[in-house]
Amino acid sequence: MSPTGMDPAAAVRTAGDALGDAIYRRVIPCLDVTDGRVVKGIEFVDLRDAGDPVELAAFYNAEGADELVFLDITASSDSRKTMLDVIERTSDQLFIPLTVGGGVRATKDMHELLRAGADKVSINTAAIAEPSLIDAGADLFGKQCIVVAIDARREPDGSGWGVYTHGGRRPAGLDAVAWAAEAAKRGAGEILLTSMDRDGTRDGYDLALLEEISRACDVPVIASGGAGNLDHLVEALAPGRADAVLAASIFHFREYRVNEAKRHLAANGIPVRLPR
Amino acid sequence: MTPNAEPVIAVVDHGAGNLRSITRAIQAAGARPVITTDPAAIVAADGIILPGVGAACAAMNRLDDLALTDLLRERVAAGVPFLGVCLGMQLLFGHQEEGDTNGLGVLRGRVRMLRPGVKIPQIGWNTVRATGDGPLGAAGSEGDFYFVHSFVVDDADPADIAGVTRYGEVFPSVVTHGAVWGMQFHPEKSSDAGLKLVNAWVDLVRNTEAGKAGAA
Repeated sequence: MSPTGMDPAAAVRTAGDALGDAIYRRVIPCLDVTDGRVVKGIEFVDLRDAGDPVELAAFYNAEGADELVFLDITASSDSRKTMLDVIERTSDQLFIPLTVGGGVRATKDMHELLRAGADKVSINTAAIAEPSLIDAGADLFGKQCIVVAIDARREPDGSGWGVYTHGGRRPAGLDAVAWAAEAAKRGAGEILLTSMDRDGTRDGYDLALLEEISRACDVPVIASGGAGNLDHLVEALAPGRADAVLAASIFHFREYRVNEAKRHLAANGIPVRLPR
Repeated sequence: MTPNAEPVIAVVDHGAGNLRSITRAIQAAGARPVITTDPAAIVAADGIILPGVGAACAAMNRLDDLALTDLLRERVAAGVPFLGVCLGMQLLFGHQEEGDTNGLGVLRGRVRMLRPGVKIPQIGWNTVRATGDGPLGAAGSEGDFYFVHSFVVDDADPADIAGVTRYGEVFPSVVTHGAVWGMQFHPEKSSDAGLKLVNAWVDLVRNTEAGKAGAA
């Protein structure tokens, strides 16, 4: 008998029946880091040092961010060492999932980042150059550690979306939907999908792209690029689109708080984790 | 008898990747983590954590290679507090669908893939509901924790199930059997809610150690 006096099997059934079907969608702030400093620090809260990734990470954790992404936007070898230190300091103080990307070229780089305290590594250009890096990473560390980032841009003739590298300037000669499907098949645990058409526009995520990619892959899709207001997050997280949204500028500049975004999502029927 | 102020926790390093967060969480709870594969260190510890991500088969092979499989079973039988996290929880059970292998088999049940119809792996936060009064709080209480897994425990003894979660299907997300606890989620990645559970387990270690010292 359980302490409540109910038969254990009945207690398990009762508890299970009380749980809803909803699967939480995630809200993930992304910090661009170079030489150990956040490039766009948040301006609207009173932080001792808004350029310190660790302090910003702590702030976002307190705000209810579900995960954090650090993107090393220079990824020179000096910057990489600094990044390892940032990851160590962050993971020593914070107990939420941390994804790190930028300049990951080999499983050795992945191992370094994971050992420093990252939970997942994001790979982009290197995976395009050498797709077997996805398989190798998944075999060594488990697919849940491997995030494949895809920068997609609509083809001029409207036929679909191409994959681009180097900040959207260089075409990789791949179809984004086919590449996402291949990445998932090879062992990507998640797809981080950035619309280069929408990135920086604040016009909203590319919903058609999200739907195509979500249909083509059986792994979670993280939407990135285009968020300008909280309704954009609602649209992106509707069924059949993204499982998570990545956002930078709407949180870093004066507009929205993460906890405000999550309340807005909940009010619009999107299941999210809220403070209990 | 005074509770052991700073119990030593052996964190079994079977190549499971990021052990930094779990060791920091143990430190935050006031215990001293030792990452080890050394049988002597494991025997000397006040509590044992079997962490883990990755494949069941590879993990069991590594435990076998390190001659730790029987040792861990013996420590559990001796009543040493034991915490299995994620894959480490799954390894407490018997047959593992992944790689068609066997776990430690210290708890009744088996491990199988999540049923189709949902994205696998489950990656993200989900709700755990307490089935009775236990480490999670009073019966019916809920908390959110961070999950990363493709496999779940099935056919467990209902009396061992302390918490359940729904992801397409309902599965055991916290099990307790005496001093043996298992958590399918990552408490070390579940912010304050997770740290509270690590604290609760470390308290169990403290009190078990106190009992041992009192009996000696």
